[in-house]
Amino acid sequence: MIVNLDHFIAEEKPHWERLDAVLRRLAADPYRRLPIEEARELERLYQRAAADLARIATFTAEPEVRRRLEHLVARGHAEIHGAHAEGGRRFRPLEWFTRTLPQTWRRQARAFWFAFALMVAGSGFGGLAITFDPPSKAALMPFPHLRESPTERVAREMRDRGRQLSDGKANFSGMLMTHNTRVTLTAMALGMTAGIGTLILMFSNGVMLGAVALDYIMDGQTTFLLGWLLPHGVVELPAMLVGGQAGFVLAGALLGRGRREHLAARMRAAAPDVVTLCFGAALMLVWAGIVEAFLSQYHEPVIPYAAKIAFGAVEFAALVWFAGWAGRAKRKSRS
Amino acid sequence: MGRACETKEPFMSAPRVNVLQVRTPEGVSFSFRLASPVLRLAALIIDLAAVAAAWSVIATILSIFQLISKDLVGLVTAVGYFVLSEGYSIFTEWRWRGQTIGKRLLRLRVVDEGGLRLTFAQVVLRNLLRFVDVLPFAYLVGGLTAVLTRRGQRLGDLAAGTLVIWEPAEALPNLSAWQGEKYNSLRTHGAVVARLRQAVSPAEARAAWQALARREELEPDARVRLFAELAGHFRALTPMPPEAVDGISDEQFMRNVVDVLYLSRS
Repeated sequence: MIVNLDHFIAEEKPHWERLDAVLRRLAADPYRRLPIEEARELERLYQRAAADLARIATFTAEPEVRRRLEHLVARGHAEIHGAHAEGGRRFRPLEWFTRTLPQTWRRQARAFWFAFALMVAGSGFGGLAITFDPPSKAALMPFPHLRESPTERVAREMRDRGRQLSDGKANFSGMLMTHNTRVTLTAMALGMTAGIGTLILMFSNGVMLGAVALDYIMDGQTTFLLGWLLPHGVVELPAMLVGGQAGFVLAGALLGRGRREHLAARMRAAAPDVVTLCFGAALMLVWAGIVEAFLSQYHEPVIPYAAKIAFGAVEFAALVWFAGWAGRAKRKSRS
Repeated sequence: MGRACETKEPFMSAPRVNVLQVRTPEGVSFSFRLASPVLRLAALIIDLAAVAAAWSVIATILSIFQLISKDLVGLVTAVGYFVLSEGYSIFTEWRWRGQTIGKRLLRLRVVDEGGLRLTFAQVVLRNLLRFVDVLPFAYLVGGLTAVLTRRGQRLGDLAAGTLVIWEPAEALPNLSAWQGEKYNSLRTHGAVVARLRQAVSPAEARAAWQALARREELEPDARVRLFAELAGHFRALTPMPPEAVDGISDEQFMRNVVDVLYLSRS
């Protein structure tokens, strides 16, 4: 049987147009919260459109009306059933920074420690390689200025007094920020290779770090090394690790070992944490980029090593406090 | 929550689908038409051009500030370009419900694969995953995954649980074209109309309707042949008195058939 299509359309069209208008208004502002009457109207119109769709799907196979209705119902469905996803709450940067970020980090700490263990293993490997196979240095060092002997570099830096960057600090800092953020986000994105890409990236970064560190230590330049690396490294390296952590959270959701939800549900649950960790890492890298360009590249006699090391230690303590304790619920104030 | 029918094995399996069916808790199902990789590539090219155009404007403005501090402009350039190129799709897809400029022009949209509203996290994740989708060059990873997965998802879509769909403009059929029909030879034969309505399946009725709706687009020869075939088919469905069918063209006969099928007038 075929329904009387022109009557049907003439009767229902005003309701479809009304639904379309409500949905359009909602789409124009992601944070808009509907007043109760409008919400009721939306629900009523949506149910009517859904019923119309069911009718038209059974009685005629009229493609245009059907597609138009399907489109309306799909939009209505997304609004009605997806509304609780973010609760219409506006994003609050301060709350995100002081609560969401540290809480997310703690919730996913296992992935962080896994990334950390990989980097430590990589550094061990890099250190051993440079100790037992000094010619491998050329292959292991990430930047050309690290291929000269540490003592030579220290002597050169002391002569230069940071002049090589005197009119390019901000520029250098911007380059560091974007480059490091790119690498960190790649570490996250490589989580989609079941974590294998992230694993390789974490390990290889560890290898470079270990090789550089041992090279300087064996050359007797430990103080220079600490003064050079600590101010930015204590933030930059954890940021890299947070990128790796995000990658492993993603990989964990992808592999879903021992979990019963299907893939889509696992990914959906992991997405907010992954995104929070990415933004956290990017923020840390902005800070590290500033410190690296404006502080780390100055060595003795411009800035004493002790001051740089102390600065690094303070940063590290703040970071540990932030990761471990920031945003915890205060038990006493509850009673 | 709505459930997509094909959530079991999003990875490489069985043939690609062009349509994704979603069943709502109300028991109604609707479908999304998936966008082809070619359309998506075209949208991407438009977006890249939009970013390049926006950046050329910003870079020109920044070059003026170089007179004040070359160094600081370097910082703003490096960070600004990074934020613009990475943030463009995130911002537009979030503000415009899954659309960028390119997607808007080509009527594409990012949707949640369960038919739910896109969350901010999904938008960010699918765009950050571009870091892997562009590897090793020219979106090879993303392009290959999109071609190989059933629902044309690149890695970013798989991670965020999103799909890119195609929403062609849908107009309601214009029924008024048939409303003013002066005389319909079938109308006077109530029994024939009743038998026709019983015998014609919805698919047949739609075919007749579509043929009439698009008749102006056909070549004259094809038009004659098509309506001859259709009229032959519909005439064979039920016996008709000669005065109802004689002396009218095949096309006019089909107009009469569609008229009595779709519009009931008492």
